[in-house]
Amino acid sequence: MKVLMFGWEFPPHISGGLGTACYGLTKGLSNMGTEVLFVMPSASGDEDESAVKIINASDIAVTETAKNVRSVLEKVQFLRVGTNMIPYLTPEQFTEEVEKNRKGQVKDYKSILGQKYKFSGKYGSDLMEEVSRYAMVAAEIALRYDFDVIHAHDWLTYLAGTAAKRLTGKPLVVHVHATEFDRSGNNINTIVYDLEKLGMKEADKVIAVSNLTRNTVINKYGINPDKVVTVHNAVDFDGFEQLSVNRGVDDKIVTFLGRITFQKGPEYFIEAAAKVIRRYPKVRFVMTGSGDLLNRSIRRVAKLGIATNFHFTGFLRGEDVKKMFAYSDVYVMPSVSEPFGISPLEAMRSNVPTIISKQSGVAEVLHHAIKVDFWDIDAMADAIYGLLAYPALPAMAVRNGLEEVNALRWDNAAFRVNEIYAELIK
Amino acid sequence: MKKTICLYFQVHQPDRLRLYRFFDIGRESYYYDDFANKTILKRVAQRCYLPANEILLALIKQHRGAFRVSFSISGVVLDQFEKYAPEVIESFRELAKTGCVEFLAETYAHSLSSLVSEDEFIYQVKLHSAKIEELFGQKPKVFRNTELIYSDQIGSVVAAMGFRGMLTEGAKHILGWKSPNYIYTNSLNPRLKLLLKNFQLSDDIAFRFSDRSWTNWPLTSDKYVTWLSRSLEKEEIVNLFMDYETFGEHQQATTGIFEFLKHLPGAVLSQTEFEFLTPSEVCKKHQPVAPLHVPYAISWADEERDTSAWLGNELQNEAFEKLYAVRELVIASGDKTLLQDFLRLQESDHFYYMCTKFFSDGAVHKYFNPYETPYEAFINYMNVLSDFLVRVQKQALPQEVKSGTKIAAKRGSKKEKR
Repeated sequence: MKVLMFGWEFPPHISGGLGTACYGLTKGLSNMGTEVLFVMPSASGDEDESAVKIINASDIAVTETAKNVRSVLEKVQFLRVGTNMIPYLTPEQFTEEVEKNRKGQVKDYKSILGQKYKFSGKYGSDLMEEVSRYAMVAAEIALRYDFDVIHAHDWLTYLAGTAAKRLTGKPLVVHVHATEFDRSGNNINTIVYDLEKLGMKEADKVIAVSNLTRNTVINKYGINPDKVVTVHNAVDFDGFEQLSVNRGVDDKIVTFLGRITFQKGPEYFIEAAAKVIRRYPKVRFVMTGSGDLLNRSIRRVAKLGIATNFHFTGFLRGEDVKKMFAYSDVYVMPSVSEPFGISPLEAMRSNVPTIISKQSGVAEVLHHAIKVDFWDIDAMADAIYGLLAYPALPAMAVRNGLEEVNALRWDNAAFRVNEIYAELIK
Repeated sequence: MKKTICLYFQVHQPDRLRLYRFFDIGRESYYYDDFANKTILKRVAQRCYLPANEILLALIKQHRGAFRVSFSISGVVLDQFEKYAPEVIESFRELAKTGCVEFLAETYAHSLSSLVSEDEFIYQVKLHSAKIEELFGQKPKVFRNTELIYSDQIGSVVAAMGFRGMLTEGAKHILGWKSPNYIYTNSLNPRLKLLLKNFQLSDDIAFRFSDRSWTNWPLTSDKYVTWLSRSLEKEEIVNLFMDYETFGEHQQATTGIFEFLKHLPGAVLSQTEFEFLTPSEVCKKHQPVAPLHVPYAISWADEERDTSAWLGNELQNEAFEKLYAVRELVIASGDKTLLQDFLRLQESDHFYYMCTKFFSDGAVHKYFNPYETPYEAFINYMNVLSDFLVRVQKQALPQEVKSGTKIAAKRGSKKEKR
């Protein structure tokens, strides 16, 4: 079995969980004997190619598809090339557009004949242009390589996946790691939403990382439930090292770690902290990360009068994150909406007892984390207090939690994904 | 000699705790979820206790004394009946009057005290026996421990209290090749007879009756009588022990469980030579075949048939130890409400909710369980217990002063005068 997989990032150069998930999944697939051609916009050359063959989209010149521009454009009409990019239009609008711009398009397309496009592979201001260029290159790659299934990760690559499917007729799997609703609450970017919906509609199977996300896909994108399946993420702890640190204070430490944005629910953490501090003064709360709610959070902490027990560290990376876990007695993830959520697993792997919101996908796979509704600050405070005051509780959660996260193997997830492939090419 | 079928039903409902946040510690000392307790008790009374009692009463009258059963009713559920559903006690009294119903002894609070404190255990058993005598006019002669927990040691304590017999599980790992269908004795004190649950035949009714994927579904009383006959071909006695809630609650009325119950005695008495006896009668009639060695405690729970459902993880052990650590102080205080709460907090159910086995061991653990996870159960219980411990310490302090130096005593008495 050979898979043409479209991603946006791949370790070691990653900015979020997407790259890590792609890495884990492809490694699992390769253990199962499935070959993966992994296309990414900008490869640096130091990616781990033990499990996949990396195709750097920046190295591919558009030549094949340019030989017969008209027939290609028939199939992938939604790709409109130009400097003022509108990456997606509804079919009706597009018919008009196509008629109007057919000549211009062909010309545009021919103008990039044989050229390479230097992708940044980041999430910058010209993201939309990169997304559709990526799809054009994808069309080129689809014609050059041989494969059985197409697999696209998150909305950035859905156009690419769709283009590849239209040109080759091979089945398409889109993998939803997050939706626009998770990123932006209800103030969604409609262009992104439309791209996501296009990908999901076009796909033969939609894989969601949790039942929570599956429900979003079904309810908010109107996708037929029969073709949406849940494959829970896993986590790869190969080479994980437990840090040991010397603590400067005797007080217990309760940690929030993540972007300080609406999605992560920082305000609930602060309110719960205030309740705990009133009854259990020998505790310190730490909020790491930055984001648009940071200033408001600092003001709220000051107003509650708990600033001597509540600390902000700013954004942490790499080693510092590990250190923060090593310092922590309790880890809290009060996310309002979290498609999966890897960080509680990292906390549990670091022997930190964990409280997670019921509104996270990871809550579906964890038994040994304490689960509360993100809005229920009384329950959250109670769980924090319980972990601080009753030693048997953290002891039990840590011991069983470690066992539990170690059992979440990518091999299991890959097995499910492989089954989905097999079903599609039957 | 006629062969015997012995029926025993367990009646118990716990005092579920209310949602008790840590903010309440030291401020608010009422621990129980009255609404849930009342609602559940009334529901189970309507669905199970009342209709089942009615059927049993009719059966006893119909078979003119040939049909006999026994009950063990925990002290705490009797308290709940008195508070919320006195008509249930009335209907048990009606059954008691027939002379065909035996009431067994157990610990008042349906507690695990037998595993930790002999004094507390004996105290609770006496308290329970007194209650039974007061309500039903009989002094219990046979003992059954919470969840059929039994060991050689517990058995010898029970024997010393003057009980003739005791009920326990016919656990495979204890019996080995031996059959549960005989009477055995305690290995330390041969005067205590042991009645062992036939878990196969008991669970056919209690757990499998309505299971449509079971090859023997639907279970009819005729079919069941043929199984009983097969078991008693060579052996002497079949003990059918189960929760009374099996009838109408675990197995709902629509499954036909009441019809089964109505027809079973008639089928047994008309098609076989077997007789129904209560545990005391069994002890009088049947001779034991051998002593049974049970060095470690067994119970009727789960695959393991041990006590790990209540004291199997560190959460349960921590809560249990902290609770029993203050027993002396609670008793020394002589405070009535403290003693009451101490009893209620000992109910085995609180520890059962903290069991982590139910992640793998299905539905039975979830039944009547007010908590979503064992962690929640533990946090809530520990918050309540923390408040309880604060109260115990407060009560205990003046006591210590009194028994301390004379000066302290004088000061104390002066204060009292003021």
